[in-house]
Amino acid sequence: MRALVLHTAVSVLRSVPKSRSTRRTGYGAGLRAVTPLLPAVVAFGVSFGVLAQSAGMAASASIVMSLTTFAGSAQFAVVSVLGAGGTVAAAIGAAVLLNARYGPMALAASSAFRGGRLRRLLEAQLLVDESWALAQRDGRFDRRVLLGAGAGLYVGWSGGTAIGVVAGDSLADPATLGLDAAFPALFLALVAPLLRDRNTLAAAMLGAGIALCLTPITPAGVPVIAATAACLVGLRREQTRA
Amino acid sequence: MSSVWIAVLVVGAATIAIKAAGPVLAGERELPLGSGRVVDLLAPALLAALVATQAFASDEALVLDERAAGLFAGAVAIVLKAPLLVVVVVAAATAALLRLAT
Repeated sequence: MRALVLHTAVSVLRSVPKSRSTRRTGYGAGLRAVTPLLPAVVAFGVSFGVLAQSAGMAASASIVMSLTTFAGSAQFAVVSVLGAGGTVAAAIGAAVLLNARYGPMALAASSAFRGGRLRRLLEAQLLVDESWALAQRDGRFDRRVLLGAGAGLYVGWSGGTAIGVVAGDSLADPATLGLDAAFPALFLALVAPLLRDRNTLAAAMLGAGIALCLTPITPAGVPVIAATAACLVGLRREQTRA
Repeated sequence: MSSVWIAVLVVGAATIAIKAAGPVLAGERELPLGSGRVVDLLAPALLAALVATQAFASDEALVLDERAAGLFAGAVAIVLKAPLLVVVVVAAATAALLRLAT
């Protein structure tokens, strides 16, 4: 009850300045919500294209990878493992680990997708960290926001890759522009409104704690997947209180 | 087929399958486990983990670099209820200026 009152009070307070930008629905709203990120996404797509070229990857392979895998960290991992002379199996393993988080994320959002199996399969491809985060609404997912934001990210990422493949080294490194700092700030901005009771706060702190503790001792990708376990502890807390 | 193409195609197929598994198999059913309580907590847990790793992880090491300063500046903007665009720009500009200065 206390949590409910707190929740209501906080969401009323939060809804005043935030309602216009974060509570809209529709494909256009998803696209608008993701627009602030597009320069960074395009820049990283460009840098993926440049890096893949310099690692000896064919232009067509880079572009096909952005169109099918559509996940920055996994693609950079493949290029860096292969570029450093690693095996194909190592490159594949690293990328699959990095993308494994999409399993629970897509499952959580599964009721947002519509239609038959093929359509659901295709729609689910527009799920990436940013579109998932922008579309979540109190544990549910706004289908149109997810698809609109995902489509913008898809075009930006693939288009950026194509530019990078063609333009090569002549473009600036996104890190020089600080664009790598944009993503943690984005995720912080998206998680902040969710932290309105003890359970959500505990899940977030534990998730971040698990990820940080595992970073030095596990392969990249594992820390974020393991962090999903934090939501189970929140469930236990809920039960003990009820 | 070159090793690059094998990696590209296998990773692409695996990623498509990972993303599609839940939505295709679970259909449009709501998840069980009491009114989306787990899903409710999955978002804060995963987003916080993404904040932590994207700000402080460099491959398999924890580092404190310009991204942390950018994140801090972004956090100040969030507390001041700045719009998302401002938060992102403040974080990027802080990291960029620090890199320029060092």
